[in-house]
Amino acid sequence: MKINIRVNGKMISDDVACDMLLLDFLRYHGFYSVKRGCETSNCGLCTVWLDNKPILSCSMLCAKCDGHEITTLEGLKKDAEAFAYFMANEGAEQCGFCSPGLIMNVLAMEKELQHPTEEMIKNYLAGNLCRCTGYMGQLRAITKYLNRHQGGKNEADQ
Amino acid sequence: MLRIQQYQKVKSLAEAYELLQKNKNNQIIAGMLWLKMEDRTIPVGIDLSDLDLDKIIEDEKSFVIGANVTLRQLEVHQKLNLWTHDVMKDAIKDIVGVQFRNLATIGGSVFSRFGFSDILCALMCLKCEIVLYHGGKMDIVDFVNSDFQRDIITHIIIYKDHDKRCFICHRNSATDISALNLSVWQRGDEYLITVGARPQKAKQYSITGNNNEEIANKLKAQVECSGNMRASKEYREALSYGLCLKALNKIGEQ
Repeated sequence: MKINIRVNGKMISDDVACDMLLLDFLRYHGFYSVKRGCETSNCGLCTVWLDNKPILSCSMLCAKCDGHEITTLEGLKKDAEAFAYFMANEGAEQCGFCSPGLIMNVLAMEKELQHPTEEMIKNYLAGNLCRCTGYMGQLRAITKYLNRHQGGKNEADQ
Repeated sequence: MLRIQQYQKVKSLAEAYELLQKNKNNQIIAGMLWLKMEDRTIPVGIDLSDLDLDKIIEDEKSFVIGANVTLRQLEVHQKLNLWTHDVMKDAIKDIVGVQFRNLATIGGSVFSRFGFSDILCALMCLKCEIVLYHGGKMDIVDFVNSDFQRDIITHIIIYKDHDKRCFICHRNSATDISALNLSVWQRGDEYLITVGARPQKAKQYSITGNNNEEIANKLKAQVECSGNMRASKEYREALSYGLCLKALNKIGEQ
């Protein structure tokens, strides 16, 4: 079937199988930040935005995305780099495999929640699993990233 | 592995219903989160996305929720949660993650009548009706107890009232399926207590009593549970007592 999906602002038209998953479609078209993790809709590794809302691309048919807009980490390079500074500074990564999905969801949370508390952050990111870090470094990085504009100079700019 | 041979974005409910009757393996595609775990071939996947079923419409007496409304829409709908004492929010907030809840739909969650369903248990403590395209309106409890029909849920109606209610659950670990769900609806002197994830589908018990402990004890004596990998029968029965007390205390504070 023929579909048209706008990915990171660029229209992609393709003839796809009816049961092709969005994850496979994106990787086929070179968006390698989108990774296959648990495939049971639990780990959050394959997170992309569908019309600016975070979803699991492993559980979405690309046929259903026809006429919609998808954002991957490749389309958020500047924001991702700003957040990556805080991740590195807090030693929040070990293997780094879960980072693309986590970053997509952190950036979605930043758009959706105003001044989230630590509990709200934990709840929002409950669907992003990390098997290495124990989450504490990530939580420090996220908190500092979200507060970066408070208290004077942007830490990322220093 | 799930295989879909043909994908149809329908233009009307009549078209969707006709496709559904044509072949018993044709399937409405909702959030697809559980469906994709199945190993089966679907001749025609029926997509209702173009039918404007993704809205929550409030009027004087009710909230009319389209079948394609996502769990996340319900979780963050302030007025719905205000009217229902946060029942929907409490039932939804622990389901996997935000990305999952942005895909899972209320129609898919309700129609499947999953034994582990948090949503069904929550809806059963509300004055709630299911609207089926062919079968018309049906009370949520009757729907849960009915056999599967080849029909389509179009809307879920939650009626406004001033009754007290709450939803509570116990999970062995965050984002896991519940070991037990429990909701309480106080209707005058009667307590309608629904127990879900027993692990069979949710069941409602009508209990009266002079104090919270008596009600919780009566529930524990009546509740029908069984064991699985998440909890034993005995553990679930003990949980039903504890969760019931907790829920009744919570209702007392409303």
